[in-house]
Amino acid sequence: MTALRDAFLSAAVALGLFGPMVGLVTVSSDHGLFLRARPIAVAVIVGLVFFGRLGMLTWRGRNRAEATRANRAFAERITRAGKYVTPVLLLAALALPFSGSRYYVDLGTLVLTYIMLGWGLNIVVGLAGLLDLGYVAFYAVGAYSYALLATTYDLGFWTCLPLAGILAGCAGVTLGFPVLRLRGDYLAIVTLGFGEIIRIVLNNWVSLTNGPNGITGIPRPTLFGLRFSMDGGDGTFAGFFNLEPATIQRVIFLYYVILGLALLTNWVSLRLRRMPLGRAWEALREDEVACRSLGINVRNTKLTAFGIGAMFGGFAGAFFATRQAFISPESFTFIESATVLAIVVLGGLGSQLGVALAAIVMVGGLEALRDFLSFLGDQMGSELFSGIASELPLYRMLIFGLALVVMMVLRPRGLVSGRTPGVSMTAPKEIDAELVAQGRS
Amino acid sequence: MAYALQQLINGITLGMIYGLIAVGYTMVYGIIGMINFAHGDVFMVGSFLSLIAILGLASLGITSVPLALVLTLLFAAAIAALYGWTVERVAYRPLRGSFRLAPLISAIGMSITLQNFVQVSQGARVKPIEAIIPGGIQLMDRGGFAVQLSWMQIAIVVITLTILAVFTWLVTKTPLGRTMRACEQDLKMASLLGIDTDLTISLTFVIGAALAAVAGFMFLLYYGVIDFYIGFIAGIKAFTAAVLGGIGSLPGAVLGGLLIGLIEVFWSAYFSVEYKDVAAFAILIVALIFLPTGILGKAEVEKV
Repeated sequence: MTALRDAFLSAAVALGLFGPMVGLVTVSSDHGLFLRARPIAVAVIVGLVFFGRLGMLTWRGRNRAEATRANRAFAERITRAGKYVTPVLLLAALALPFSGSRYYVDLGTLVLTYIMLGWGLNIVVGLAGLLDLGYVAFYAVGAYSYALLATTYDLGFWTCLPLAGILAGCAGVTLGFPVLRLRGDYLAIVTLGFGEIIRIVLNNWVSLTNGPNGITGIPRPTLFGLRFSMDGGDGTFAGFFNLEPATIQRVIFLYYVILGLALLTNWVSLRLRRMPLGRAWEALREDEVACRSLGINVRNTKLTAFGIGAMFGGFAGAFFATRQAFISPESFTFIESATVLAIVVLGGLGSQLGVALAAIVMVGGLEALRDFLSFLGDQMGSELFSGIASELPLYRMLIFGLALVVMMVLRPRGLVSGRTPGVSMTAPKEIDAELVAQGRS
Repeated sequence: MAYALQQLINGITLGMIYGLIAVGYTMVYGIIGMINFAHGDVFMVGSFLSLIAILGLASLGITSVPLALVLTLLFAAAIAALYGWTVERVAYRPLRGSFRLAPLISAIGMSITLQNFVQVSQGARVKPIEAIIPGGIQLMDRGGFAVQLSWMQIAIVVITLTILAVFTWLVTKTPLGRTMRACEQDLKMASLLGIDTDLTISLTFVIGAALAAVAGFMFLLYYGVIDFYIGFIAGIKAFTAAVLGGIGSLPGAVLGGLLIGLIEVFWSAYFSVEYKDVAAFAILIVALIFLPTGILGKAEVEKV
């Protein structure tokens, strides 16, 4: 009975929330705005909330401890499966281009870009425990560095890639220096501000960046000097290997480039974790005061985390620029930072595998959802649904936001919530993430 | 001189709006120590609710401006308060006692959700509206530059000051205010002494959201045009205001709001309009680095 009452209350709240916002739409006309009522939509939402809440309460009526145990068992299963998931994922990633589908290779490239960004940010947030909400700034610095160097000085991708990384790393250290004293939420807000400043400057410094119009004609990468162009002949990939020139060759090449870059990021961060520097990062994350009293140079430790994390962001940015051949400040908004941070957190801070899984689910899943929604929109060709169908792809970000909230409420420690200590006396033993103070301050 | 006076008037009006939003940030931070990232978006929702109420009242044939203003204010504040309560209940309460990043991520998710919810339900286009209180008084006319003080600006300042006076009375003189201050000082101790902390936190969100809705209404009156994205930038600026004034301090939030409003307006007037947001972010960074406790804030002692 209490469940029923609770469901009624929820429905009443939903009526209050959605009644005005969904039920009364402001529509523009020649005589200014006017309101249009949508009672059916409100009724549907309120009904959904009522039955959803009722269903949830009935389902939750069973023992709470049981749910917790099920949750823990699920976590253990994932951790145990992790041993097999990594090689399978790697093989799948290597084999993906052989599917021959341009769509899947493009999607794979996108997912790998986010995996790389996630691993890069993982160094800052997951290992060093410094919450960075402006990671997209370094992505932008890398992308613009490559774009400007390549278009102004006619340099190639492989020459510019390290330069873009170095410049982004310098930007990371430059940002890191003034914010050394800040912690937790304050650090998050300052890095967010820094990200926005970079975007606004890119948008307004027209003489350098061409403002909102962006930079076009960014050169593509070459394979040991072989270009991927359509005309064939000498000095092109197709000409050298006596192949028919095709766009797919370049697409697959780009895919392997980002796969290599992402694996490099992973390898470097795994190696760094075992080095004194990486251990200092993790110690810093756990307790800054203890670190200082044990003689760890907190300043240098933080700056290296910022610098190295930003460097990988810069690499990813340079790759993004060369893949798109066009960049504008619009690609570097806060929502990108939030997406990457969400990937790191949903994957489980500090877990390399978790980040990869989360990127696949979030970016690949999001793209799949978009396709599914537009497919659904095409199918619902009827008069009634035609309006909804055209709006369906808009719901993508709404679902994304809700997924963030739901994930945090259900599994705040992320998909992979077990951690293996980097150093131990005997054989390393998995510990629960609840015992680790990830990103505590 | 006349130009500067005009900017001063504009800056104070804008600062009032930022101050009202900043109060919500500072209250929540004071009690549960988290940045309510979705607060800027609750402000945006409040702004849309005001727009809907104004259009609805116009179609009902209510033409008396003071009555329409009061009704709109009440409606927007009530529904936005419901939004604030729901956000807290759904996204923050289950995470209380979880690790530090969890509520922040959840708040970012809530912010994205609210933004896109409004975009989907009300459309992505900007919503322009005619001036509700047209006209004003001319203070002086010197060298061909007339200093205008519009009725709208007077209304904004008067309404804001009234609301803030009521709010100050609420916090300092009522039992609710006392429990809120108790929770701010020590949440655990307050709950040990029999205060319903969950309820108090909920009410904090409700009050903060209602104030943000009032700010959203003012924003709609002042600029006459809103879209679903106004919450992000306004939210960051209001947070800057809260930090600048000293986070946790209510007069500080209003003071910080006024400062941010003045700085933004004077920066746009004398330097460049394009970089006015950069100015706000730069102040945030400088304030956090050199003045982390803010103007009226208390220094936090770190205990190991």
